[in-house]
Amino acid sequence: MMRKKKLLRQITGKAGFYLALILMALITVLPFVWMLSSSFKGSEAIRTVPIRWIPERPTLEGYEKVFNMQNFSFTRSVSNSLFLAIACTVVQVLSASMAAFVFTKMPFRGSDKLFGLYLATMMIPGTVTMVPNYVILRVLGLLDTYTGLILPSLSNAFGVFLMRQSLLTLNDSYLESALLDGASMIRIFFRIALPMVAPTLATMTLLAFMGSWNSYLWPLIVLTSNDKQTLQVVLGSMNGIYKNNEHVLMAGAVLTIIPVLIVYLVSQRKVDAGIALGGLK
Amino acid sequence: MYLPNTAGRRRTTILFLAPSMIGLIVFCLIPMISSLVYSFMDYDLLEGNMTYIGFRNFERILTGREFPKVLVHTLTYLGLYLPLILITSVSEALILNKSFRGRGIFRAVFYTPVITSWVAAAVVWTWVLSGKYGLLNQLLAAVGITGPSWLNSPDWAMPGVVIAAVWKDTGYYALMVLAALKSIDPTYYEAASIDGASSWRRFRSITLPLLSPTLFLLIVINVIYGLQVFDSVLIMTNGGPGGATSVFLERIYKYAFKQYKMGMASAYSWLLFIMIFVLTVIQFRLQKKWVNYDA
Repeated sequence: MMRKKKLLRQITGKAGFYLALILMALITVLPFVWMLSSSFKGSEAIRTVPIRWIPERPTLEGYEKVFNMQNFSFTRSVSNSLFLAIACTVVQVLSASMAAFVFTKMPFRGSDKLFGLYLATMMIPGTVTMVPNYVILRVLGLLDTYTGLILPSLSNAFGVFLMRQSLLTLNDSYLESALLDGASMIRIFFRIALPMVAPTLATMTLLAFMGSWNSYLWPLIVLTSNDKQTLQVVLGSMNGIYKNNEHVLMAGAVLTIIPVLIVYLVSQRKVDAGIALGGLK
Repeated sequence: MYLPNTAGRRRTTILFLAPSMIGLIVFCLIPMISSLVYSFMDYDLLEGNMTYIGFRNFERILTGREFPKVLVHTLTYLGLYLPLILITSVSEALILNKSFRGRGIFRAVFYTPVITSWVAAAVVWTWVLSGKYGLLNQLLAAVGITGPSWLNSPDWAMPGVVIAAVWKDTGYYALMVLAALKSIDPTYYEAASIDGASSWRRFRSITLPLLSPTLFLLIVINVIYGLQVFDSVLIMTNGGPGGATSVFLERIYKYAFKQYKMGMASAYSWLLFIMIFVLTVIQFRLQKKWVNYDA
């Protein structure tokens, strides 16, 4: 009798678990499926009750409209975003790891205090600095330029912190022997130190890339010319322009999401490592 | 590390520190100070004139009719979002903590909303939450519930934004909770099982207390982020309908970049920063009452 009861409880427990699992997965996935399904429908067909998951007459009308917008060029915005994401990533990763290299391998009097200052700036909220940063770019004449958009990437205290943690674990003897062989510090940094912290470097690169690829508010503020806009800003504007043409919007969303999804699935381990480091948001 | 003290070394140090130092000074430290200065100024960016007006900006904000509303909206967002995200991320983490076939795939799937940009997510959710033909209301209709018109209804717009945010963020916080779950010593559970504790009891008496440091961190982070909610609101509702979802950052954005009242915007952002700071300090004070650091 007891055994039977226990078995029953085990079975209901297992069933409950799988039910929860599947429910959670469905909630996560359904909006994506809905997006994909709507993107292949015409403007009439998206408004149906009940839901028709597989379009009756699949059409690429939505996608065609995305690529033939009046005010924006979607392909242009994709290449803009790609360029900006790469530039911001290079700037962020390089400036952060160079500073971290000084703090760990070339300390000087007061460098600890300086690092403390770096850490303290992590507490300054972006909300507070946003308005003055805009004014600074205006004064420098860098509004509506990519230089202006990229420059703030130079200050990345969190990246310095991350790289410092990783460089601290690096054994100095490798660097010292290279130094004795007459290599310059710059050479040691690029040829020995950076390759040895490649995993952290890769994680940071990925976080920086996805962060700038997905960023919205800063490009929205800085860029004003239509032909300079990033993918996210264009998609955001489309939301107003195609208010009642959801198939166009969903096609735009599909095209925005898919590349990042591929990058993620290819490099999933690195992303997970990044989350463990407390980075990706 | 052995280093010869040469001029070359000094040059490299300067070269390596310069980029991040310049960035820090120009885009962090100077802005911090100038933002404080602006908040005491009447500063119209288009006209370019700046006049000192003391605490007038703060007075105007704090005594105006808008501020209490914005405060209520932001706190409503937080009040709905926080409990929901805690429940969903802990549940998802508990699921992922079990071993079952295809766990890696589920883990990846649960994370996809996180890597989706807020703009794309907001565009998709605007359509999901659409009144008559939207996915959510159609699913609700299937079980006999007539859904509200979500983003077009003053009462339901904010809950709509919250649902989208919970959907988007759960995967992120679940992995944080999962890492904490993995670090719990399994012997605790074994001992409890031998004592005949039910699974609910085990969760209440072992998992929850041992998770409390992570939950604390989660709450602190989410209060900070939640008070600065922006992307979702701007795209899904643009503060509407009828101002029903206007929140702090949306106000700051509009004061600064639609009306070019930089002084007002700066004062607003300092008020927000002070609120975040105070709430965070209070949470750290209160943590002794419920957070368990013994294990």
